Amino acid sequence: MRRLLILDYALSSLWRRRYKNFSIIAVFTLTVAVLGSILLLTHSLKMEASEILAGAPDLVVQRMSAGRHDLIPVRYIEEIEKIPGVGAVKSRCWGYYYDALTGSNFTLLGLDETATHEIHLLEGSMPKAEGQCAVGPGVARIRNVKVGDELILIDSTNTGVVFEVVGTFTEESSILTNDLVVFPKDDLVWFFGLPEGRATDITVEVFNESEVSTVAGKIKRMYPDTRPITRREIVQTYDAVFNWRSGMMLTVFLSALIAFSILAWDKATGISAEERREVGILKAIGWDTSDVLELKFWEGTVISLTSFLLGLIFAFVHVFFFGAPLLTPVLKGWSVIFPDFHFTPYIDLYQIAVIGFLTVVPYVASTVIPSWKTAVTDPEEVMRS
Amino acid sequence: MVRHRIFIVLTALKVAILIGILLYCRGHLRVLEGSEVPAKRALSRQLGLTDLSIWTEARYTRHPSQADFFAPFQDFPSSLEHFPAGSVVAPPRFAAPVRTEPSPE
Repeated sequence: MRRLLILDYALSSLWRRRYKNFSIIAVFTLTVAVLGSILLLTHSLKMEASEILAGAPDLVVQRMSAGRHDLIPVRYIEEIEKIPGVGAVKSRCWGYYYDALTGSNFTLLGLDETATHEIHLLEGSMPKAEGQCAVGPGVARIRNVKVGDELILIDSTNTGVVFEVVGTFTEESSILTNDLVVFPKDDLVWFFGLPEGRATDITVEVFNESEVSTVAGKIKRMYPDTRPITRREIVQTYDAVFNWRSGMMLTVFLSALIAFSILAWDKATGISAEERREVGILKAIGWDTSDVLELKFWEGTVISLTSFLLGLIFAFVHVFFFGAPLLTPVLKGWSVIFPDFHFTPYIDLYQIAVIGFLTVVPYVASTVIPSWKTAVTDPEEVMRS
Repeated sequence: MVRHRIFIVLTALKVAILIGILLYCRGHLRVLEGSEVPAKRALSRQLGLTDLSIWTEARYTRHPSQADFFAPFQDFPSSLEHFPAGSVVAPPRFAAPVRTEPSPE
């Protein structure tokens, strides 16, 4: 009962300075919303990358020449296939295409004749015959094409080539296929004018996952001009992209954290003359130091808890219901075609607890500590100062 | 004595909204993990896709996992990175390189 009375008094005290306190709640809420949005967004993308890219090839073998990625001889396949524990070894043909019409970049991929044509996230069909292609949702949107339309691209001899669009990947797959144009492999080789017997890279299936790095080492020893990339490395890349050291986290996350630190520091470095006087009066009319500290604890808790809960609600709604419209421009960079994000709601409760610990606890502490200094001083001295 | 009741009710309401959102997200995730996520994983396997199609502005931002560590600086030695998305990627871990090297045997 006594505690509720002190809470009631704390609320009255906050209400007396409502304009100041509402501004603190607004800034605090915004800080938590920004911190929360970044953590939710990066965690969601990191988890999505790790879940989806579990389907990536076990091993991709590139050829390096003069320190750069170069076309790889297809004959390497024969020797790689002989390594024990290795399954299917396939050459891949793919490359980039700058579309001068729209100023965007597409990724062009040649589909192996042995590849499956049963794909769920596709409207229409995969290209089977010469002159056919399937396009990603970003390409379909920017070039305004749909199934049955024609897509004109400029080949390596600067000649316009007409392809029939036989399939479009669905919006749900845009995080993988947004800028993709898929052709039969022979069409792509001819389109790019790739030399015979060469491919962009080679994918290797390894039956036992624990042997992938051993096989990669053997390939590297067999062909020193190659660079094998394991699936673990691919997933690790996305861990690095979306971890706390990444540019996005460092710029936005730290800015928000510094803004909050300034707010907390301002509170911690002293209380206003009016608040000091209030503490003096409370002491003079018989309040104990512990009562005053409890009052200040409740004041800090009311503001920080309200802001924390509101900030978290905003962060969840912003990221998972609206697709983080305030953060995607940061991610977008100069990309002309960019996927419409529908973030998969992977949530790490530990991260939410960390935000709570980093914001609520310092704020409550920064409210109580200066008041404690005042509360232990003689009330008459406090009121006269 | 009214104020603390209002505060408790409002806080309980916010907690309830938050729990509601968490439960909704959990349910939605379960649905996606049953359909969309396996379909995307299958797509990645069928087409041999190695990267997310997020940044299409440069080769090394479109396929960060296939690019070199020096990719942003490949135009000439110590050239400055000029694509905004390049700044999103964290620096490599010097202590634990992930590049595959030949085994010493």
